[in-house]
Amino acid sequence: MTRVGRWAVDHLVMVVAILVLLYMFLPIFFVVLMSFNAPASRLSYEFDSFTLSNWTDPCGPAGMCQSVVMSLQIGFLATLGATLLGTLVAFALVRHRFRGRAATSLLIFLPMATPEVVMGSSLLALFTSAGLSGKLGFWSILVAHIMFCLSFVVVTVKARLAGLDSSLEQAAMDLYANEWQAFWRVTFPLVFPGILAAALLSFSLSFDDFIVTNFNHGNTITFPMFVWGSAQRGIPPQVNVVGTVMFMVALLLVVAGGVFQRRRPA
Amino acid sequence: MSIAQAGVTTEGLTGPEPAPPVRRRSKAGYLLLLPGMLWLVVFFLVPTIQLMATSLYDPNGSLETGYTMTGSISNYWTALSTFQAPFLRSLLYAGIATLLALLLAYPLAYAIAFKAGRWKNAMLVLVIAPFFTSFLVRTLAWKSILSDNGFIVSTLKDLHVLPPDGRLLATSVAVITGLTYNFVPFMVLPLYASLEKIDLRLVEASKDLYADGFTSFRKVTLPLSMPGLVAGTLLTFIPAAGDYINAELLGTPQQYMIGNVIDNLFLVQLDYPIAASCSVILMLAIVAMVLVYVRRAGTEELL
Repeated sequence: MTRVGRWAVDHLVMVVAILVLLYMFLPIFFVVLMSFNAPASRLSYEFDSFTLSNWTDPCGPAGMCQSVVMSLQIGFLATLGATLLGTLVAFALVRHRFRGRAATSLLIFLPMATPEVVMGSSLLALFTSAGLSGKLGFWSILVAHIMFCLSFVVVTVKARLAGLDSSLEQAAMDLYANEWQAFWRVTFPLVFPGILAAALLSFSLSFDDFIVTNFNHGNTITFPMFVWGSAQRGIPPQVNVVGTVMFMVALLLVVAGGVFQRRRPA
Repeated sequence: MSIAQAGVTTEGLTGPEPAPPVRRRSKAGYLLLLPGMLWLVVFFLVPTIQLMATSLYDPNGSLETGYTMTGSISNYWTALSTFQAPFLRSLLYAGIATLLALLLAYPLAYAIAFKAGRWKNAMLVLVIAPFFTSFLVRTLAWKSILSDNGFIVSTLKDLHVLPPDGRLLATSVAVITGLTYNFVPFMVLPLYASLEKIDLRLVEASKDLYADGFTSFRKVTLPLSMPGLVAGTLLTFIPAAGDYINAELLGTPQQYMIGNVIDNLFLVQLDYPIAASCSVILMLAIVAMVLVYVRRAGTEELL
């Protein structure tokens, strides 16, 4: 191939990549745009006229902000539970020998390979047969979220832990650290970025979950449930304010995390 | 297999191989495993078994009178014959969306792995950034993008691709567009992770042996990226086949997938035995397809 041809091919890939990224950002752009929309009718999905009132009165639609708070609470507790349980499992898998390793790995892999609609309906079938169908709500959503976040935590922390140089710990022990000290002063700080990544992933999975929640929510309304419920009656434009704020906060966290990591060489 | 993992696994690839972890045999291992595995057994394994049991209950029972276990295999026949169309639609839509996602994701992952230079991390953040807003809100944004007076529909009308009264919303095109969009990042990240690991000296070696750019891609880069390709297609296909948000928000009952049927049977009709049969069929169909596919692709170590 000629040099000119190769140059074109090289840059063609980059041009295509940028177009794909633009495609992935098109809906985000619309979410931000629609947060400034004053819809002409309840069921309008087009940009009608510009307004700031969605931003000055974000809690206007009845129940919306309560649903955001509910999702934040469930997301926080589910993250805590899944990160704790999953990190312990990851340590066991990488650092310990035990019987039934293959079955354990399979049980961790399966929830990630099962469609959410199957997991959600399975839990509903279980809760109903246990006579709990009238009591579904906060607790059943939380239990379900911890369940599907767990596998992702295990995989994420395990990857970080497996890439760790165990001679660092041995060096600490050679320098007379006991096991406890070596763990808290060497191993844990090195694994921490993996645990943090797993926690952020859990939170976003939980906060955003609709399908599993829809089967097991009882009368409890999370933010995705609120959006789904109002889709039939017409979506209030403030939903896009929540979407925009979520996007900004998450982007800020990621950028801040990147800057923080660069300052402190691992 | 996940967003974070794809990011995490790429660290530590540079520099010398780390010393392998020391695995100890002790009771502590079981103690660390116990709470997490117990959670998965009680809230994943037991429910799945209960779902299978429910799928064999007497279809004439109801939630009020209670169900009796009659081992009614016929529920599966009822489910398959009644909901044949949504089943096939799920597989078809998910298949097309997976193929489209692969076509979009491969150049992007390739560019991030080999061409992005110091922009690599920034581009990776941009790939996961759409995840930061709610799935439902993003899907609803497609309703605005594809709306009847929107720029896409009017451009397509000007180009005579769409007839003057044509629309995109409420068609299978809209549902497949939504599915493709929603699961593209799941394709990009594993592809990137496996492209990134490729030793560029192998590509150079193929060039030294007179392969042109295309041949060296087809004979070296593509086969070496197969693990990522297989993982990515599975991570896209499985959730897409079970999804019903896109069909509900961007389609009409004519585009309903099996997820819509399961949701409706469980939560509106309260017909648990048939609903559970549909769920089990979806699960078994996916397991069967995954096994055949993984064996064909020769990447069994993934499981």
